[in-house]
Amino acid sequence: MYDSGKIIVGLLIFVGIVTFPFYYNAGKAVAKPDLKLDTPVIQQMPEAERKCVETKEFMRGGHMQLLNNWRDSVVREGNRVYVSSNTGKRHTMSLQNTCMNCHSNKKKFCDECHNYMVVKPYCWDCHIQPKEKEL
Amino acid sequence: MSMDRRQFIKIAGISTVLGFGGTLGLSKLKDSWASEMLQSPEALNAKHWAMVIDVKKLTSEEHYDKAISACHRAHNVPNIGNPKEEVKWLWKETYEHAFPGMEQEYMPEGIKHKPFLLLCNHCENPPCVRVCPTKATFKRESDGIVMQDMHRCIGCRFCMAACPFGARSFNWRDPRPFIKEQDENKEFPTRTKGVVEKCTFCYERLAKGEMPACVEAVKDTKALVFGDLSDPNSEVRKILSTHYSIRRKPELGTQPSVYYLIGGEENA
Repeated sequence: MYDSGKIIVGLLIFVGIVTFPFYYNAGKAVAKPDLKLDTPVIQQMPEAERKCVETKEFMRGGHMQLLNNWRDSVVREGNRVYVSSNTGKRHTMSLQNTCMNCHSNKKKFCDECHNYMVVKPYCWDCHIQPKEKEL
Repeated sequence: MSMDRRQFIKIAGISTVLGFGGTLGLSKLKDSWASEMLQSPEALNAKHWAMVIDVKKLTSEEHYDKAISACHRAHNVPNIGNPKEEVKWLWKETYEHAFPGMEQEYMPEGIKHKPFLLLCNHCENPPCVRVCPTKATFKRESDGIVMQDMHRCIGCRFCMAACPFGARSFNWRDPRPFIKEQDENKEFPTRTKGVVEKCTFCYERLAKGEMPACVEAVKDTKALVFGDLSDPNSEVRKILSTHYSIRRKPELGTQPSVYYLIGGEENA
């Protein structure tokens, strides 16, 4: 093989650069997102009624599908009332008005996880985020 | 590791089957939470929403300003100030611009110089819907409102080119800095840069059982009447069957749902 020395050295440098982020960050633990659910609105609710439109487990994994379905249903079909399959309660489908009414702590409730996962949804380019109240 | 064709096809087949299984499983998962979505009980319903604008009853500048600012406030329409970047849902225009081809030299002075309130006509046969490549603009089959889905709009502006009434505005820049904070309607979104917007007949207010913001704002004049065109007993039908009305650019066949009464009942 011609120039094997150069090629192998080149390959080693290449692999080194590509894997740099892995060994540079190895061993450093990134703080886990620390969600907070206690907003003034939620605290005012009686304990038994502190339930989201769906189960906590579902919302954790599937809130994006739920929101996507909501927006199609509201804008395109004109349906605005969501019957929860969890509690059977009726909710008005609205990110800005319903979700953020309870979860008014956007920084702790949305951004904490989205930043951790490096997910950048563009909801707030249009929807008006709530004014955060200090607890 | 070497692989002959037979082995490759076997593995490909198995992984395809597994893949299908996976998607089936996913769709099952989706069904498990798909609960009911309903209309709100207080929503106003109609088969064909329409508006009648009685121009004679809009007697002062104040009436126009009230209607326009009510609309623009309710929907967070920015006031950019530069006519080239203007965003408008409800606006004023002269007779000759609103009804080109229908003007004549000797028409009443009162009409010639009167401002006309213009808005999206919510056509029965909307050209904007036909040209939209993403179906971001669509006509609601249930009530005839021509809607704009800001989530889907890619800002190609075909609809603006197709609309013969200039009823659509493009957001050349982020509208947020141009909405005064005290005027902001916290219950309605703003728009983002790069989408088209227009009047939506206040679909969000109809869903709450309220009349459109402009109709509400000049309620005392009764100049704007909103109702169901398919119902022979509705107020709009009664007005249209007893008064002479005109529509914008009827020769184009788009069949606007906004009718104008320009007076002349005395001799009609």
